[in-house]
Amino acid sequence: MQTIKVEKTVTINKPAAELYRFWHDFENLPSFMKHLKDVKVQTDKRSHWTASAPLGISVEWDADIIEDRENELIAWASVEGADIPNSGFIRFQPAPGDRGTEVKVVTQYSPPGGAITAAVAKLFGEEPQQQIGDDLRRFKMLMEAGEIATTEGQPKGG
Amino acid sequence: MKAVCWHGTNDVRVETVPDPKILNPRDAVIKITSTAICGSDLHLYDGYNPTMKSGDILGHEFMGEVVELGSAVKNVSIGDRVVVPFTISCGNCFFCQKDLWSLCDNSNPNAWMVEKVMGHSPSGLYGYSHMTGGYAGGQAEYARVPFADVGLFKIPEGLSDEQVLFLTDIFPTGYMAAENCDIQPGDTVAIWGCGPVGQFAIRSAYMLGAERVIAIDRVPERLQMAKEQSKAEVINYEEVDAGEALKEMTGGRGPDSCMDAVGMEAHGTGLEGFYDEAKQALRLETDRPTALRQAIVACRKGGTVSVPGVYTGFVDKMPMGAFMNKGLTMKTGQTHVHRYFRPLLERIQNGEIDPSYIITHRLKLEDAPHGYEIFKHKRDNCIKIVLKP
Repeated sequence: MQTIKVEKTVTINKPAAELYRFWHDFENLPSFMKHLKDVKVQTDKRSHWTASAPLGISVEWDADIIEDRENELIAWASVEGADIPNSGFIRFQPAPGDRGTEVKVVTQYSPPGGAITAAVAKLFGEEPQQQIGDDLRRFKMLMEAGEIATTEGQPKGG
Repeated sequence: MKAVCWHGTNDVRVETVPDPKILNPRDAVIKITSTAICGSDLHLYDGYNPTMKSGDILGHEFMGEVVELGSAVKNVSIGDRVVVPFTISCGNCFFCQKDLWSLCDNSNPNAWMVEKVMGHSPSGLYGYSHMTGGYAGGQAEYARVPFADVGLFKIPEGLSDEQVLFLTDIFPTGYMAAENCDIQPGDTVAIWGCGPVGQFAIRSAYMLGAERVIAIDRVPERLQMAKEQSKAEVINYEEVDAGEALKEMTGGRGPDSCMDAVGMEAHGTGLEGFYDEAKQALRLETDRPTALRQAIVACRKGGTVSVPGVYTGFVDKMPMGAFMNKGLTMKTGQTHVHRYFRPLLERIQNGEIDPSYIITHRLKLEDAPHGYEIFKHKRDNCIKIVLKP
């Protein structure tokens, strides 16, 4: 089975503790991760994730927190039976000179064979690196500016 | 509402489009009372930005009255009279907090487009292509202003629209370009381009202590304005070799700082001009840097080159040897408009300058297509057009 790994780093002008707290509540993630439809936290460790794919297809999985270091790192992995086995971690590291926090995300996932392969490929885009980068940029916007810059819904000519 | 929409090279149309609405908590909507066509709009009109889309609303120099506010905007009220900086900035990121507002990290939803080419993205801009965010511009009856709590500046009573409208872009742009010249007492500053930014750069260079300002252009009425109203010495580069003339005028030493207030569509003369136009037409070179090359070669050793002129891509035949061996410094950037609003408003209030002197045409919004046409071809002595919605 093929495994795809992507990683991206961004510096956010906020203390690590604030960023850690926001991310730690996985139910916040769909507010800036474009393809995540919903996350339900079930226990301290377990959460249920739903992501939307084109053509109205959804993919779902359960994930466990496998490592948790306060204000430093959160790591998770999907449990047995996930539509797309995946895992990842986010690390928060104070930037030198009191210039915010360096946030690094690493995720890996294994696209399964079979019927949903095409949907999965589209779900994660042709450039997964860019997608995780865009998600992180929106996280940064939300944390720094309090909202995500958008032009969706603005007027244009015909 | 009515808005000026871009549809392709040399094709702008006034169309009826939906009114803008609040999309984010920090947004405002303003009813526009005055809006201008900028020289940099001509780069879009001329078709040199590949990330324009048909229907995009143009315009980034506008002001008006606040008519609607998002829930998070507390320091502005409905009815306030405001000017809007052309750079969109969040106020909270590393760059905004360092007073580098045009480098805001959080205002360009399409930052990925720019990162592929430039490594990093500058701030979002109004009405200036999708690589700078694709925001609807202000050549319209209404505009949405994101981050309105830091992106609107209230105008004190007693000042007309025309006196303060250019605080949105070209006055601060000329001023920052002059600051970037690092002017010392006794300095001579040479400025390529006597368009509106060039005019304000001349005035600003004097404000910042320049002994002499020499302005270079080829359009007679622009040279005349530079000479009579902005008080520069002038060179018409179609009549004399600008480099030789500058040397002669500065005792052989060269100007202490040189400014390129022309940018990517400079007009070259002779073979060099042909070379750049041919390469640009074939998309082998995106920008024509004639003024920049001349500025580097003319500048005195150890001097400073300031570049307010807009470039979007790549240039050829940069005289890097001259730049390095003469120990020059180059300073540039989109303008940090927010930084200059208060100090420049004060200069207007205390009568040091009335920026309205550069306006040559006042047109109705509906007449924008005609405005673009005469501005592009410098017909009818056109230097600056203000549109009234």
